[in-house]
Amino acid sequence: MASAREEILNRIRDARVPAAEPVVRGYHETGTGGVELFAERVADYRAVVHTVTDVPAALERLRGKRIVVPADVPPEWLVDGVTWLHEPLTIEELDGSDGVLTGCAVAIADTGTIVLDGGEAQGRRALTLLPDYHLCVVRADQIAASVPEALRRLEPTRPLTFISGPSATSDIELNRVEGVHGPRTLEVLVVQPQ
Amino acid sequence: MRVRVALFATCLTDTFFPETARAVVRLLERLGCSVDFPLGQTCCGQMHFNTGYREHAKPLARKYTDVFRDYDHVVAPSGSCAGMVREIHPTLGESPPRTFELAEFLVDVLGVTDVGAWFPHRVTYHPTCHSLRMLGVGDKPLALLRAVKALDLVELPDSTHCCGFGGTFAVKNAETSTAMLADKMTSVLSTGAEVLSAGDNSCLMHIGGGLSRLRAGVRPVHLAEILASTEEDPWLATR
Amino acid sequence: MARNPVTWLGSPTFPKAAHTALADTQLRQNLRKATGTIRGRRAAAVGEMTDWEQLRVAGEQIKNDVLARLDTLLVQLEESVTARGGVVHWARDAEEANRIVLDLCREEGANEVVKVKSMATAEIGLNEALEAGGVHAIETDLAELIVQLGDDRPSHILVPAIHRNRSEIREIFQRRMGVEVSDEPADLAEAARVYLREKFLTTKVAISGANFAVADTGSIVVLESEGNGRMCLTLPDTLITVMGIEKLVPTWQDLEVFLQLLPRSSTAERMNPYTSVWTGVTEGDGPQRFHLVLIDNGRTATLEDSVGRQALRCIRCSACLNVCPVYERTGGQSYGSVYPGPIGAILTPQLVGDMHDPQAASLPYASSLCGACFEVCPVRIDIPSVLTHLRAEAVEAKGLTAESVAMAAAAWVFREASRYEKAQKAGSLARFLARDGRITSLPWPGSKWTSSRDVPAPPSESFRAWWRKNRG
Repeated sequence: MASAREEILNRIRDARVPAAEPVVRGYHETGTGGVELFAERVADYRAVVHTVTDVPAALERLRGKRIVVPADVPPEWLVDGVTWLHEPLTIEELDGSDGVLTGCAVAIADTGTIVLDGGEAQGRRALTLLPDYHLCVVRADQIAASVPEALRRLEPTRPLTFISGPSATSDIELNRVEGVHGPRTLEVLVVQPQ
Repeated sequence: MRVRVALFATCLTDTFFPETARAVVRLLERLGCSVDFPLGQTCCGQMHFNTGYREHAKPLARKYTDVFRDYDHVVAPSGSCAGMVREIHPTLGESPPRTFELAEFLVDVLGVTDVGAWFPHRVTYHPTCHSLRMLGVGDKPLALLRAVKALDLVELPDSTHCCGFGGTFAVKNAETSTAMLADKMTSVLSTGAEVLSAGDNSCLMHIGGGLSRLRAGVRPVHLAEILASTEEDPWLATR
Repeated sequence: MARNPVTWLGSPTFPKAAHTALADTQLRQNLRKATGTIRGRRAAAVGEMTDWEQLRVAGEQIKNDVLARLDTLLVQLEESVTARGGVVHWARDAEEANRIVLDLCREEGANEVVKVKSMATAEIGLNEALEAGGVHAIETDLAELIVQLGDDRPSHILVPAIHRNRSEIREIFQRRMGVEVSDEPADLAEAARVYLREKFLTTKVAISGANFAVADTGSIVVLESEGNGRMCLTLPDTLITVMGIEKLVPTWQDLEVFLQLLPRSSTAERMNPYTSVWTGVTEGDGPQRFHLVLIDNGRTATLEDSVGRQALRCIRCSACLNVCPVYERTGGQSYGSVYPGPIGAILTPQLVGDMHDPQAASLPYASSLCGACFEVCPVRIDIPSVLTHLRAEAVEAKGLTAESVAMAAAAWVFREASRYEKAQKAGSLARFLARDGRITSLPWPGSKWTSSRDVPAPPSESFRAWWRKNRG
């Protein structure tokens, strides 16, 4: 008897689907949006957005809190007055923290999205999932105008997380409510060059 | 040169609503067309096709092509039947002659929106699904109605929602059809209109049949009859 | 072959199911409210895109290409996933898929698994199969949880509990979670958060579906809102993803189309809160064992049908449900399947693959053919055309019936104008049934019409008779 694999592949071949016409990508591959649009669209999700030039000064808001950081955040982010929690951290330690501070890989102006890829200043995925508060630093040059532009900047084989606002659901009467399992507060620092 | 037009009355209008077809003739002739009604015509086959009787629809599509072959323009007072001819007949192996729904023909081919009509009544308009989505007639019927003298046009809430007719759907899923009809009637009644107009007698028969059952005091009138009505020769309720 | 669990055993035909649903005033109210809300929001989300039509066309073309090269792309996906440390399994039908997943759970020694909402696993009845094998599956999507705790059935692709309003959800949560909670959506969401938190942190095996799989990179994509997906895709040691074979896109670039089409079409957002992409196994981040189960379950049979195969382009956004006037009134459970609404009416009967099944054969008729579904479909599935195509199959399967005899007779009449004219004359006699120009009651099957609508009395003279007299 043929394996399931062979049988399925044979049935597909037997269906003799004719070749498709070439894909016409008539949609916009890029856009004009930048920092301003990104900030506006992130805020539409009821995330908190600040446009800043000095990151350490803006991190004053974390004073007195126990904040998770990935191993490779810029040293100047580790301001005094905050209890910084460094890896390795257990799931319980992440869950018990007050929040997490990260950078990002790419952001998307059109949709107000932040993309993490586990690279510099981002850490593994659990770090930005279990704490109830996520403060994300987005540099102006990391903002792509459109979804196509953002995908081109990403390496698909890295573990990617696209974040558009705080955790939410539309499951009750098809209206959006914020705050389910992911961080219930998303705060974004958009960094303009000085 | 006079535009030569063949009228495809559709079986429903020919049989049940002759006043609509007479109105089309009067209107098109008033606008300078010469109108012919080839007597070999019967039905476009839509009921058969849409119910799953494709094989029965085929000879009817063939017949349509044969009957109207020699005409440059065929006009039907039905978005649904015009849609059947234009969108479905080609899938049955036919190359049908150019067929238009009435409002499209007036606006796109004759290039008129003011047809010189007079209709002193409060009217609301239901854009039927196939006019809207199959043919893309858009707001041409509304443009025509807005140009009618003395007509008080009131917007129909949720106008693009289906009335629930759907051909044999109305009997095969009679209860769901009725539930859709109830909401359409609510919208119609909310306008305070005395006349409900549309470009399809099938949908009008359905909504009008519901309104009649309720003795709602709203009369269904096909768009052609409103556009044919003038001060000299006004529309009169025939039944 | 075992019956396909895509339809629920014992479901009545659509008109019978609708009869019950239409009488449920609470259901009617809940659906009217929810679909009305989402329709308006979707229109706004789509309205701000100036290239929406071009995206739809690209979406359609990419998916057509996937169907044309499905064998090659699946093999390519298998290679990419395997190269990145994943294990790929193939399942011909629901039974085979369920057995594979159950065996994997047993290998892991798991008696409890957390699940991300997945249509594929709902279609194959995975939860029931796992339960029978001693593995309890916990649904973590809010709406799925509402359905699971309410011992209910899903009624919508995106929001399976759309038929429940906030006070009904509150009642289910209070009864099953043993907590006091208000009917405020935020409080209900909080209750779900608390209820599931412990499960997320301790469960070792997760099961997910997939919105997309990228053939050339082996990347799997899941879109979600709540973060339950991220929990399941990140915290457990083992991840099992069950996916229909048609959920592919050829390249990473192709995703740029669907990441724009899907969120706006489904939840009416510019982007859903969370999208996760993973490729095989990543050391030090997320599950260290990854299994991908590819299921056929009627898809290759659907692929054979040149008209019907376009249903396999579906990306499960549910925009067609939200605009459907039939769905809005009957709700999803009337369709007797995890795939309700317009897409269900064309997909379910094809997956069942047996038009002799009266329930499946009734689904293509659950539409007035108004075309609202086609208008909103992000991958341009011409649902009305597939509906009439499947109706023809249903008619053929039924053979000789009263209806087929009547239809043949009508066609015979219409084929000749002379016969048609005679029938018109005979029919016009029905005007003697009328009072005040209307007929209020006809014998069966006309009674199906006159139960709620009058019929105008036929005129004494047809149009053609008038034409003959005056113009002929």
